[in-house]
Formats: sequence, structure tokens, C-alpha cells
Amino acid sequence: MSEKKINTTFELNGARVEREVPVRMHLIDMLREDLGLTGSHLGCEHGVCGACQVMVDGKVVRGCLTLGVAVEGKSVETIEGLSDSGQLAVLQQAFLQHNAFQCGFCSSGMLISALDIVRHHPDANRDEIRDLISGNYCRCTGYQAIVDAIESVLKAQRVLPIAQGAAA
Amino acid sequence: MNARSELPSNPVDTRTQEKYIGTSVPRAGARKLLQGRGVYLDDVRLPRLAHVVFFRSPHAHARIKSLDLSRARQQPGVIGAFDGAAIAEYCTPWVGVLSHLKGLKSAVQHAVAIDRVCWQGEAVAAIVAETRRQAEDALDHVMAEFEPLPAVIDMRESLKGDVVIHPELGDNICFTRSMETEGFAEAWAKADVVVEKTYDFGRHTGVTNEPRALMADYNPAEHSLTVYHANQAPHMMQDIISRHLNIPESNVRVICKDVGGSFGIKVHVYADEMATAALSVMLRRPVKFLADRIESFLTDIHAREHTATVRLACTKAGDIIGFDLDDLTGIGPYSVYPRTSGIEGNQVVNLTGGPYKHKHYRARLNVVFTNKNVTCQYRAVGHPIAMALTEGIVDEAARAIGMDPAEFRRRNLIPDDAYPYTFVSGTKYEKLSHQQCMDKLLKLMDYDALRAEQAALRQKGVYRGIGLAAMIEVTNPSPAFYGVGGARISAQDGATIRMDPQGMLNVMVSVTEQGQGTEAVFAQIAAQTVGVSVDRVRVITGDTGVTPYGGGTWASRGAGIGGEAVLQSGKVLKSNILDIAAAILTLDKATLDVVNNQVVDKLTGEAKMPLAEVGRVAYFRPDTLPMNFQSELTVTRHYTPREYGFTFTNGIQASYVEVDPETGFVKLLKHWCVEDCGTVINPMLVDEQIRGGIVQGIGGALFEECLYSEDGQLLNGSMADYLVPMASEMPDIIVGHVETPTRGSELGAKGAGEAGTAGAPGAVMNAVNDALAPLGAGVTAQPFTPQRVLKALGKV
Repeated sequence: MSEKKINTTFELNGARVEREVPVRMHLIDMLREDLGLTGSHLGCEHGVCGACQVMVDGKVVRGCLTLGVAVEGKSVETIEGLSDSGQLAVLQQAFLQHNAFQCGFCSSGMLISALDIVRHHPDANRDEIRDLISGNYCRCTGYQAIVDAIESVLKAQRVLPIAQGAAA
Repeated sequence: MNARSELPSNPVDTRTQEKYIGTSVPRAGARKLLQGRGVYLDDVRLPRLAHVVFFRSPHAHARIKSLDLSRARQQPGVIGAFDGAAIAEYCTPWVGVLSHLKGLKSAVQHAVAIDRVCWQGEAVAAIVAETRRQAEDALDHVMAEFEPLPAVIDMRESLKGDVVIHPELGDNICFTRSMETEGFAEAWAKADVVVEKTYDFGRHTGVTNEPRALMADYNPAEHSLTVYHANQAPHMMQDIISRHLNIPESNVRVICKDVGGSFGIKVHVYADEMATAALSVMLRRPVKFLADRIESFLTDIHAREHTATVRLACTKAGDIIGFDLDDLTGIGPYSVYPRTSGIEGNQVVNLTGGPYKHKHYRARLNVVFTNKNVTCQYRAVGHPIAMALTEGIVDEAARAIGMDPAEFRRRNLIPDDAYPYTFVSGTKYEKLSHQQCMDKLLKLMDYDALRAEQAALRQKGVYRGIGLAAMIEVTNPSPAFYGVGGARISAQDGATIRMDPQGMLNVMVSVTEQGQGTEAVFAQIAAQTVGVSVDRVRVITGDTGVTPYGGGTWASRGAGIGGEAVLQSGKVLKSNILDIAAAILTLDKATLDVVNNQVVDKLTGEAKMPLAEVGRVAYFRPDTLPMNFQSELTVTRHYTPREYGFTFTNGIQASYVEVDPETGFVKLLKHWCVEDCGTVINPMLVDEQIRGGIVQGIGGALFEECLYSEDGQLLNGSMADYLVPMASEMPDIIVGHVETPTRGSELGAKGAGEAGTAGAPGAVMNAVNDALAPLGAGVTAQPFTPQRVLKALGKV
């Protein structure tokens, strides 16, 4: 059986990418296997755990529920790109200071949810932060440090809006 | 592109400190995990890598009538398809027994089933292809016929033994144990009050976010096998792979890179992983196995399926006379190799009643085979059951005599001045601090005010409950845990520290890291012991080709055992550094010290020379040192706990919940834990271990259960159907510490990884039942789902 493929062109972490993508291939597999971006992880394969999250046109997307061909013409940002561009720097520092991660397998997705909170829910309180990260499963931390880290960034942002990236 | 100016410079950190032990130093070495730059097993790709998938049994118990792999072999990209007999030629089978669990028996288990399958999900055939997708596509072309056999799903049925799963064993009993203290019956007869309850515990599993995975790379030229493994105990796996694949021990190298959660799931021998290693040898190329999520639910070890009746006898005044336990647990069709599936039940017997000073105890345990997935050691092994049984029945007793549960505990906890203490089950405690922990907890939670709030709210129809759970926790096991029973699992660990020429430390430790922060605390210990800043320390773990030999990470042993090895190694290295400095400076060694990356005058603190200068001379200009002087800047030391079988920790937890009698939902309002894990090396990391552990315990208490149909089909094999705790359901958790260092080591650390999980289910159960008490209801079957709460209330 030869696999049907579709020519797909998209922007990946700021650079143009063109690939022949098997129609059944999920975005997460395309990123990890064909493009070598292994920072996003495959956890549950059901859209439940959030380990595979990436940004597509600035929106949080589950890599395991999105087909690779579906990003035609779109802009995809992964943990690697969001790290290199500095958009996650403030959150990453807060996660480090609060030890808001242990094994790190959920962290790529968790940070992308956190970035979405920083951008779109700047006034979220602790309970709201807990709700907003409930699509990301962490089995190690007990979540409290993650809530602390995100809350610390939101509080700092209220005092002094974070200039680069995070609040864009 | 990375601008040159953006690359980090390499300065010596000027914010150094002499005391790192006891300080919340962030895990600098883990920064990569926040940037997607970690290397988990599936991130590693090798040339000519092949992928294996397994055709798995759809039946709980069946004879394999026929298996035809010919069509599967013809599918695109397929390299080979193999049945159990083919793989058995390269991988010998095993039996999961330990000689010190007397009478424990199990059946022979193969990497891939031969003739018969004993649980749904057991591997029946292996398909290897160039890509994972091709291998999965080929699975559809495996033609297998099964003759279903009677399946034993319920553990009570198993105990009855009408159907025997392994006829060669004679019955379904894997292990049985009973004990009774002298004078038990006479003492029991004098009780004023006897309370009795039967508790059920749902079978659940670890659900590591990264599934189990192994990649084996056989090199036929040297008959060597490099095994990349998401695992906690690389040396154990090296030994097992060596013996079962008949490859010389040192030709097997096991490498554990970043591991995405383990919790005890990744410390056992899994049949499909052994098959993967064998396939690499068979095919003379690298082969990778990565469990998908349904395979994880079907084959990652399960744990904690117990039904136990516990009785407590006490006086009217509230003094506990004794406990009486009858525990039954169902472990699946095989005792898991090499740690066995008898340990969990054995721990329940050892630990039930553990925090208290009663003198009488009777216990009976039956560990039986069933046709469900295998169970084995998962975080806090046996403790969540033993502590919930103990603390549940303690609350019943307090209620029966009308005493406040905190007061009842205060009366019966082993006093802080009673150590060393031998518990009624024979277990020895070096030094615990129940009373201090309890005092601190009650203050932390403002117990009296909380009781007043609870009472006031009850008047308004709000049902809140407060639950306490004292606990003990096994840590730092000596060889008494596995070694004496014949399992080749090291109880000792080692640390090698090498000072590099620029004065940095390379620390290689046999304990492994799965996110707990073991590498971070080793860096702190090495930095403080040698006298360098923590940014000058690099830690390497998880590679049998590099680190000293050791047991790895399990049973809360990493910091206590591995940390002591680092400390002892660091002390010798520092002394060796001073020997060199003294030779260079022609000064008396006794006048020198190492502080903040410098050799200094011990008295004045005056800088004498940087460590980088010591390194330069030692490595590049040893000709300038005295003729008979040889510098030694690489030091290895080991540590084995010996004096006690286990280093026990203790603590106490409290849970505050609100139960909605209309919906049966339990809302967790707050949770507290005061824990004594000995020396706290990094408070932030310890608190996070405790919190994460508590949340996993809460998972078992409220949400998690592997549900099986009557014919042995797993009903909830996805993360959409099997519920784990989410952030929105979890409370803030307040953690406090009492520090009673163990005297068995210089470091004094006891271990903190499992205590949270040990105590949380009991605390939550007692809180739920405290809330339900005024309604005349109570729950005893974990998880306490809304349905079970409503059933207890007679509403469904």
C-alpha cells in the first residue's frame, strides 16, 4: 500500500517548510519524526494530556488531534521556536525558580498553555489558573508549583507589563 | 542562528555560598527540560533503526490454537514477524520469586507467550518493520485463533480455587503469610471495644506521561548490546539482560537518558521489553519499542487491588490493645520478575498499625493469581493500603468511644522518646518523631478552629470533613529487601567525583533521575562537601558504562544512599585537592581549606590559589610536584545502609473536604502534611516530592481505577476514561517538616519520594467519612467516586 501524500507548505518557527505529508500523519508525528523537533511529546494520543501542544497561528493546538496536512499555509510554533525566540523566557525562568516541573515530559505543553494564559487571561486568579491548565496532565508535581509559577508571572506583568513576546 | 553574543559566558558564579545542603537551589541542570531540549527515549534515533509492535491477546485466558504470521511478513516495510518460541531461543524465561518470602511461587514467564495467554494484553507475536506505522499496519494481517479458557477475574474466586490458572502450581496462591504476637487472644479478650471494617482498594496504575520504552542496539562484531531504556534501575537491567540473553555482563550497557515519569512503573522486567532486546540480537540491528497508551494501560504494572478486613481492640479510655488484619490481594497471572508481586501484601502486613505503640497484632495475607494484568511495586508500595486501613479503623475506634480523633492518636502514637523501637510486626525503627509532627500539623492547620468552622457549617447544611492520617514510610532499604532473597538488585550505590582541570566537578552516580531532582541534590552535596559553587558541578546518572555500580532509584533511596556516597566521595576528593595544594604551596595541609572554588587559608580565609590552578598543575605540570607525589583527582566511594533493614520516615497528613450529598462529589479544600524525612537537602524539591506524592495518593483515593469486565477485558484503557488528578481538582497543599537525621549516615537524609502517596488516601478517606458521619453514612471502597458516595447515602 503506497501512502497518499499531500504537498504541504507552512511556516515552522519562523521558517518556510515544504513537505510531502502522508494524509493520515498527525502533526505531532510530522514534527517529531520528519522534522526532528522532539521537544513536543506524545503522551495519551487522545487529546487529553496536552504533552503534544504547539501553537498554530498563535492558538494552542493538540498535535495528536491535528493532521499534518491541516497546517497548510499556517504558522506553527513549537517549544523549540518559542524558546529560541525568547517568548517563553519569563515563564521558563518562573518554572525553574518554583520547580514547576519534575520529569519535564509535560512541560512543553504546560508552558504553551501558560503562555496562552499570560497573553489572554492576564487577570486569572489561582482557581482560574488551575482551570486553565486542567487540559495538561502533570503526574509529578501535584500542580501547585505550576500554579505558583504562572501566578508569579501574571502578578509581575500586572505591575510591569512584560515587554517582549509574552504579552504580544 | 545563534548570535555569538547570545551564548552564555562561563564565569564562576560570584553568588556562591558555603552551605548548599538545606537550601532551595533551583535545578539548573533541568533547564533543558523547559526548552524541549531533553532527550527522552523516543527522541533518540539510530541508523537502521527498526520498530517493533506486539500483537496482543484479546482474551484474559486462552490457548493459542494457531498463529499465522505469513501474511504479516509480506506487508510493506516488515522486517520480520516472530512468535514466542522464536524469541525464546534468544531469551530465556524467568520466574518471579524471592527466597525470603517463604513459599512464594509463580509460573514460568516468557518474553512472548507460548501456547497460552494469561491476560488481555499479553504479547503473542512481535512484528518488526522499518517504521512504526508499517509495523502497526501489518498487525492487521496477523491471523490468530484462540480457544478461550475459564478466566479467574475476581480474587475471591481465585482464592476458592475452582479454576486453577497454572495447574503445575497446584493452586492460585502466590504467597501467604500469617503472624500472631504472643498472648494475642488473651489481650484481645480484655478489650472494652472492638471495631471492624472491610476496606476495598481499586486496582490502579502509574500512568507515566512518557510511556514505557526501550531501544536495543546489538553490535554483532563485539557481541555487545547497548540498551537505551526509560528505566529507574539500569544496573539491575544490565544484569537481567546479560543473563537472559547470554551476553557477558560488561558487554551490556544500559543508558537511561531523561525519563518522563516512573513512580515504580519503570523498575520491573517487562516481557515486551525483553523481547525487544532479543529482537535486536536476532536482527543484528537497533530495535525500538515504545508502548502506546492502550498498551500502557494493559501492560504497565498495576497495583493495590486489595480487600482487607481490619479490627482494632481498645480500652474505654482509648488505649489501643491491638490490630487484627486479614488481607487479600490479586496480582494477575504472574509474580513480576525480579522484585515479585508478593512485596506489596507483605508490606501491608509489616506496616499496618505502624505508627502506634500497641503490643498485639495478628495478620493474615493471601496473594492470589488472577487473569488480569500483573501487579507489582508502585510508588509507596503497600503503604497507601496499610495506612488507610490503620487510620480508617483508628477513626472508627475514636468514634466508638466518643473521643476526638486527634486526641485518640496523641494517646497512642509511639512517643518520640521511645526509640530505638521494635514494632509488633518485628520491624525496627531507628528514630521517629510522631508527636512532634502531630503537634506541628495541628498548629499548621489550626485544628480547633477548623473543627469549629466545620460545626458551624453543618448547621447550615454544609458537610465538611477533617481527616487525619499518621504514617510511617520505608526508605533506604538495606540488602534485606531484595538481596537476601536472591534478587540481584544492589542495595549499595556509588559516586565518582572527578575534578576537571578548570576546577569543575564531574559527579557520576549510580542512582538515577526521573525528575525528582536527585541530580540537583547530588550537585548541592558535592559543592558543599568539596567547597565549590554549585554551578561548577555537573552530574551524570543513568549509564552503566560510566557510573559506579548501584541499585538506582526506588524505595525513596536516591538522596539517602546516593547522597551519602556523594558526600563520602567529596570528602576524600577535598582532602586530595588539599594534598596537591599543600605540595604546590609547600604549606601544611592542615592550614588549608577549599572555599568557593579557591584553596584558602583555613584560619584567615585568605585566597591561596584557585582550584583551576590546582587542576592545571595536577594534570599538565605534574613535573613540578615532588617526585614521589601522585595526585588523585578522581575519587569513588560507596555507601550501603546496614544497621537497620530500612530507614523509616514518619509524618502525618490532614485533609479538609466538602461532600455534596446531592451529587456525591467530594471537593478537596485543603491538605496538610508534616513530614520527617531526616536531613532536608533542598526544601523546595522535598516539598514538591511530598505534594506530587500526595496528589498521586489522592488519585487512588478519588479517581483512579483499572476497571475490568467479568471476562477480564479492561474497560478504561485510555486517559479519557481512566481519570487522573487535574489541576482544577487539587487543593493547595501545605507542607511542614521535622528533621530527625538518620544516624546511619553522615548526611542524615532518609528519603521523601513516597511519603505523600503513603498517607494521602487514608487522610482523604477519613475526611470524607467525617463529612458523611452526621448523615449516618460512610465509604470504604476506593476510589470514592460520586456513585459510591451516593450509594453510601442510599440515594442510588
